[in-house]
Amino acid sequence: MLGVLAYFQDFQLTWSYFFDQLVAGLTLGSLYGLIAIGYSMVYGILKLLNFAHGEVFMIGSYIGFFVLTWCGGAADPSLPIALVIVLMFLGAMLGAGLLGITIERFAYRPLREKRASRIAPLISALGVSFFLQQLAVICFGATPKQYDAFSFDGGSFFTSVSIGPFEIQYMQLFVITTTVCLLVALTIFSARTQVGRAMQATSFYLEAASMMGINVDRVVVVTFFIGSVLAGAAGVMNGLIFQNVDPYIGFQVGLIAFTAAVVGGIGSIPGAMLGGLVIGLGRAFSVGYVSSSYQDVIVFAILIGFLLLRPAGFFGTPAPQKV
Amino acid sequence: MSDAPTNEPVSESSGGPAIGADEWVARSGERAERHGGLTGRAQSLYGRVPKPAVFAFFVTLAVLVPVFTAQTDNDIYFLRVCTIALVFALLALGLNVAVGFAGLLDLGYIAYYGIGAYGYAFLSSDKFGIHWEAWLVIPLVVAVSALVGLLLALPSRRLVGDYLAIVTLFFSQIFYILTTQGYRISFLGLNKDLGFDRANWDLTGGPNGIANVDRIGAFGLTASSERAYFYITLVAVVVVFATLSLANRSRTGRAWRALHDDTLAAQAMSVPVNWLKLLAVGTGAAVAALAGTINAALLQGAFPDDYNIQVLIIIYAMVVLGGVGSLAGAVLGAIVVSVFMLEGLRPQTPIGDVTGNGRWIFYATILIVLVVAIRPWRRLGAILAGIVAFGVVVHGIVAVATERGTDGLLNSGPDTYDDGGPVGWLIRHWLALPGGTYETGSRTWFNVALVGVIALVLCMTLVKGWVRDALIVPTVWLAAFVWETRLIQEASGPTRFLLLGAILVGLMIARPQGLLGRPRVEIV
Repeated sequence: MLGVLAYFQDFQLTWSYFFDQLVAGLTLGSLYGLIAIGYSMVYGILKLLNFAHGEVFMIGSYIGFFVLTWCGGAADPSLPIALVIVLMFLGAMLGAGLLGITIERFAYRPLREKRASRIAPLISALGVSFFLQQLAVICFGATPKQYDAFSFDGGSFFTSVSIGPFEIQYMQLFVITTTVCLLVALTIFSARTQVGRAMQATSFYLEAASMMGINVDRVVVVTFFIGSVLAGAAGVMNGLIFQNVDPYIGFQVGLIAFTAAVVGGIGSIPGAMLGGLVIGLGRAFSVGYVSSSYQDVIVFAILIGFLLLRPAGFFGTPAPQKV
Repeated sequence: MSDAPTNEPVSESSGGPAIGADEWVARSGERAERHGGLTGRAQSLYGRVPKPAVFAFFVTLAVLVPVFTAQTDNDIYFLRVCTIALVFALLALGLNVAVGFAGLLDLGYIAYYGIGAYGYAFLSSDKFGIHWEAWLVIPLVVAVSALVGLLLALPSRRLVGDYLAIVTLFFSQIFYILTTQGYRISFLGLNKDLGFDRANWDLTGGPNGIANVDRIGAFGLTASSERAYFYITLVAVVVVFATLSLANRSRTGRAWRALHDDTLAAQAMSVPVNWLKLLAVGTGAAVAALAGTINAALLQGAFPDDYNIQVLIIIYAMVVLGGVGSLAGAVLGAIVVSVFMLEGLRPQTPIGDVTGNGRWIFYATILIVLVVAIRPWRRLGAILAGIVAFGVVVHGIVAVATERGTDGLLNSGPDTYDDGGPVGWLIRHWLALPGGTYETGSRTWFNVALVGVIALVLCMTLVKGWVRDALIVPTVWLAAFVWETRLIQEASGPTRFLLLGAILVGLMIARPQGLLGRPRVEIV
């Protein structure tokens, strides 16, 4: 039993260690939440598992890297740092958004128009995901590209600031704040603008919305664009936190983000964000207290648990099947 | 979007009982597709041959394959390729049960394949010193795998089909993690403290896998030659094919199709939907595990990278290419993909010394697609002439405008370049391959050209008529350029996966029924 005590001492079972994991989990959770929103919105409208969404995130991350390189790299940027970061976000969001629209236009819409069977779009999505991943391997190489964000301003972004009991790095603060800003913008967009309300209506009942004069195709394009823009932003954040990007992160992170969407209740935007936070915290605590090898196993356990106990997730309402 | 009720044109045996399909409507597409003239007559002639006779013919053909392969290295390699193709055929058949018959997107399929291989490796190798005989190990492993399949489908059985996809995909990922991490299992790092003798347990051998797995042996006999494995796999394929074919015509098979067409309606007709879903996933898992045991014995090892998501995509591409729901299609798809894409695209065969197959497969495929897709012959001739002329003109312009823009040799694989003989001479004078190595300077140009090819192909889907014909010309040229400069070099890696992904998307849009499948009719 002495050994068991030693184990807990090894892991510094202190409150400060706990808060570190909490902050890391929140940061990770914001990232997953942003990606999960894209899955959730598309699923809400088209009932389609967009497997390619994770790959959009990955391409967004690469675009951020190339903008950074184009601006001279993190160590010696040719422009002011704030401007470089803004450019990275803008480039990645725009590029990812356009990619999302392209995927929708060429891989999903023809199937919709042909009224293909339910399984066809899923296989098509799987194919797009695989295609983009391997395209990245061929074009960018399989070795990870280094963001090297530690070099920004001599590493001051990774120093910590104390807020109450939390020791939080500026970079984590930045990621969480940016996520909150994007979420506020998304909420205003979907509640106040005409397109946003059209999106809600389409998500509620596609055919009825189309009979009320809503151009469903345009709503779908807007949905893909917004979801992909958020994924692009998450891609840059991922690069800034974890420093590197490789062609395989899209699949990995996409799978986890999709779990987040399911946990939150698929189709619900606040649910996706909450699901992201749950998964992020789960991963961070499993890294901190158990083992880093099996964090995916823990996420999988959460998923199975939710499917067994509350299949509709946090915010989902179990949909009655209509004939 | 509500599910429109779908109808599947009925089972292979025409005139048999059909569930939920209006015969006339269901066969309208088929009638429209039927050609007149010589092709039509050949088709109707083939239709009159009884299906078991066709089956027997192809089995006999397969049995004769090893007889005509002598003992040179190239022949042994060829036989190995055939055996691998048969293993994939087995996998495609099993996947067809869940995806084709029951319409469930089972993405955990690869894990059952892995369970089969690892299960066999645990029970007949030096790893744990257990050497059980094959007649005991194989049924045991198959049963365990079927059970795992059932358990996994259990939580998602009452949910929308999409949840099954995500749960099973995640399971594949978890299986991969367990195999790669399973060489240092410990109880929270406390093994020593809790009184166990080792700090870490090694179960799966981690990334190195399990080597020195026994050959298949039972009752004092051991299969050790390439021929033996070919026949063992062939027997497995024939048995599984016949069983599934009978199952497809049985009550269960009809119920699966009803489930596929409209789950809710099937449930209303008192079809036990949940049980059938479990049964479909379980049957698939059993077949995959059987393939896994054969693969482990064939390779004499179980390695994690043979059981990852990429292999899953390969199997899906096989089933989709052959035609979802068609057993013969699954076998055909498996043979085409594994022989031409997995093995044929290799820069060099591992045994023997055949090189450059990939080049011929590439140009032959383009030519076949053009010939099949473009009618009438005049148009085809004009396009082919245009392609040749376009290349010659571009070559001329580049030769005049730049210094070494056309000096390049053909890329024949990692770091090898050659002139490719007389045909190579033709290719080089048609394309404008830049001189020097491709690794340094022209990498960016390659990326631009690759994205250009993709953009051109996408544009082609938007336009019609002569504009599309005109677009084919630069697309083919640019595709050949991209292929010769770099794609061929990566042919055994990312290139083939890139092509597989494109096949999945393209087939779903252009020909969802695949090569041998039947077109589905949507009744709204």
